[in-house]
Amino acid sequence: MNIHEYQAKDIFRDAGLTVPPGGIATTVEEALSLARAHGLPVMVKSQVLAGGRGKAGGVKFCKTEDDVRTHAGNILGMDIKGHTVRKVLVTPAETIAAEFYLGMLVDRASRRVLLMASAEGGVEIEKVAVEKPEAILKHAIDPRYGLLDHEAMAVALRLDPDVKRARQLADAMQKLYKAFLAADASLAEINPFIFTDQGAGKAIDAKINLDDNALFRHPGYAALRDLDEENPSERMAREADLSFVKLDGNVGCLVNGAGLAMATMDLVQYYGGRPANFLDIGGSSNPDKVVNALRIILGDPNVEVILFNIFGGITRCDDVARGIIAATERMEIKVPIVVRLTGTNEAEARELLKKTDLVPAATMDEAVQKALELAGK
Amino acid sequence: MAIFCTRETKILIQGITGRDGSFHAKSMLGYGTNIVAGVTPGRGGQTFEGKVPVFDTVRDAVAATGAEASVIFVPPAGAAGAVFEAADAGCKLVVCITEGVPTLDMVKVMPYLAERGVRLVGPNCPGFINPGQKAKLGIMPTNIVAPGPVGLISRSGTLTYEVVDALTRAGLGQTTCLGIGGDPVIGTNFMDALQAFHADPETQALVLIGEIGGDAEERAAEFVKANMKIPVVSFIAGRTAPPGKRMGHAGAIVSGGAGTAAEKKKALESAGIPVADRPADVVPLLQQIWKR
Repeated sequence: MNIHEYQAKDIFRDAGLTVPPGGIATTVEEALSLARAHGLPVMVKSQVLAGGRGKAGGVKFCKTEDDVRTHAGNILGMDIKGHTVRKVLVTPAETIAAEFYLGMLVDRASRRVLLMASAEGGVEIEKVAVEKPEAILKHAIDPRYGLLDHEAMAVALRLDPDVKRARQLADAMQKLYKAFLAADASLAEINPFIFTDQGAGKAIDAKINLDDNALFRHPGYAALRDLDEENPSERMAREADLSFVKLDGNVGCLVNGAGLAMATMDLVQYYGGRPANFLDIGGSSNPDKVVNALRIILGDPNVEVILFNIFGGITRCDDVARGIIAATERMEIKVPIVVRLTGTNEAEARELLKKTDLVPAATMDEAVQKALELAGK
Repeated sequence: MAIFCTRETKILIQGITGRDGSFHAKSMLGYGTNIVAGVTPGRGGQTFEGKVPVFDTVRDAVAATGAEASVIFVPPAGAAGAVFEAADAGCKLVVCITEGVPTLDMVKVMPYLAERGVRLVGPNCPGFINPGQKAKLGIMPTNIVAPGPVGLISRSGTLTYEVVDALTRAGLGQTTCLGIGGDPVIGTNFMDALQAFHADPETQALVLIGEIGGDAEERAAEFVKANMKIPVVSFIAGRTAPPGKRMGHAGAIVSGGAGTAAEKKKALESAGIPVADRPADVVPLLQQIWKR
């Protein structure tokens, strides 16, 4: 789950990081009163779950109240990479003497939390990684001891030889790690961490991605989810406990298992079609789950055919077939449905399907080809 | 011989009385797997299916039965705790089937396992099956496997079954079919599994089933090129997956690439490993390059 900058900043504050104050406005009037309360100049920053906000014109420096009026007015309602801006963060503008990138993420290779730090702060870190990879310092943190003082200091001194600033950078890294653990994050970034003209270190931007698997132990984070930012079908899927990603094709796919679901999408494309979605229905033959999945897929007007690809394995295919039949009987479906079932009790499953309008297929390839034929009609 | 365990390896199941645990324990027993004990706190003294003694703790189970390996079917909140317990009790092989384990729990477990020389498979994986040894540690369907010379490593579940089924139908049995799991932090990774297969004289050909994200396939390609003489073929799922949906850009920074299917295909092919366009092409590709 991704959260907004202002929400991430709250988590950073709780971990002891220095973060400038600020408030959230949904109207120009609110932005103005926040600007007056915090004192000009301020930054008006769009709060959307997309990167590149600055480049899109969603982050503006405001010297006067007129600036706030103009920029807040422009930014609210603006579209950034398909996300509509509904909120802005109004925060005092800081003088910037130096800026750095500090980030942490879970690293597959070392199986540890990896600290990444760079003196190339304030720019897109992905760009730095490609153009100047040596400018990113990395340190894999031992979970038994955390980020030790000397480890943080060694990285910090390579970022900035000034010992006073290095100490602040090292402290920020350790607090970032504290925030990372406390939030069960999968990614946490400060870009940039700045020093003001007076030498004060501050996190003026914040990004946190939360580990979905750990949300159960952070009940408070449910309130951080921005429902406006969620695609309605993806939201329905999340609430139905289905793994779903909407795409723009016309072949609706229901598959058990994430790997097989991806392979099915790939096969649709291999035969010249376009998948409408990724959907992993899991191992269950529960008709309710199938009904939910069908509802989500049929909510997409582009869908012209539905393709079930189920490798039964231990789940019995006749059970799955009964689940699909029960589900399709409970709703009115106007598009053809192709069903491929393989595994235990495959023959019984095919017998059951014979009595219905569902189109049976023996293999993945046959199922995809039949689906594409039907989609064209 | 296959990898990781034999028919003699004594296996216990954590969470044996739970819904998933009991279902799969029955299937494992039915296949002939050497299950010597089950563990569910509060159920010590009971018997599962009339033959498997149940204990309150892994330590009790190991003391009474000499169990060496554990298969975990414990819900996500307790899964990491179950891995710690199995390792502490002396199990040298732990297979964690549980899906949805918090990633940082696994980060915490890893050094504990390394200090004790414990191999972990998973979490969020189907486990593995050694058909020639009648040993199944996980949830793979038994009717699609057969004993034989092909090893298989996969990051997914049902896609693995698809390919295993095709191998068996083509008369190509397996030494071990291993699903390492799709989570960011897992115990046995692609590389570890490759090394194990490399050390197994019975494995005469290898199938790698990868998917987008990370750089496991790229690293596997280097290893195969440098060390392995047996035929290896591959399939990568996720060519059509939209970028950024499964993995953030920051993950790509570490791997030095975006982890796309195209990049993986390129890395594998330049290491001499043919990559199938469709799951159905895996077996014909293998037959093509395998001169027996």
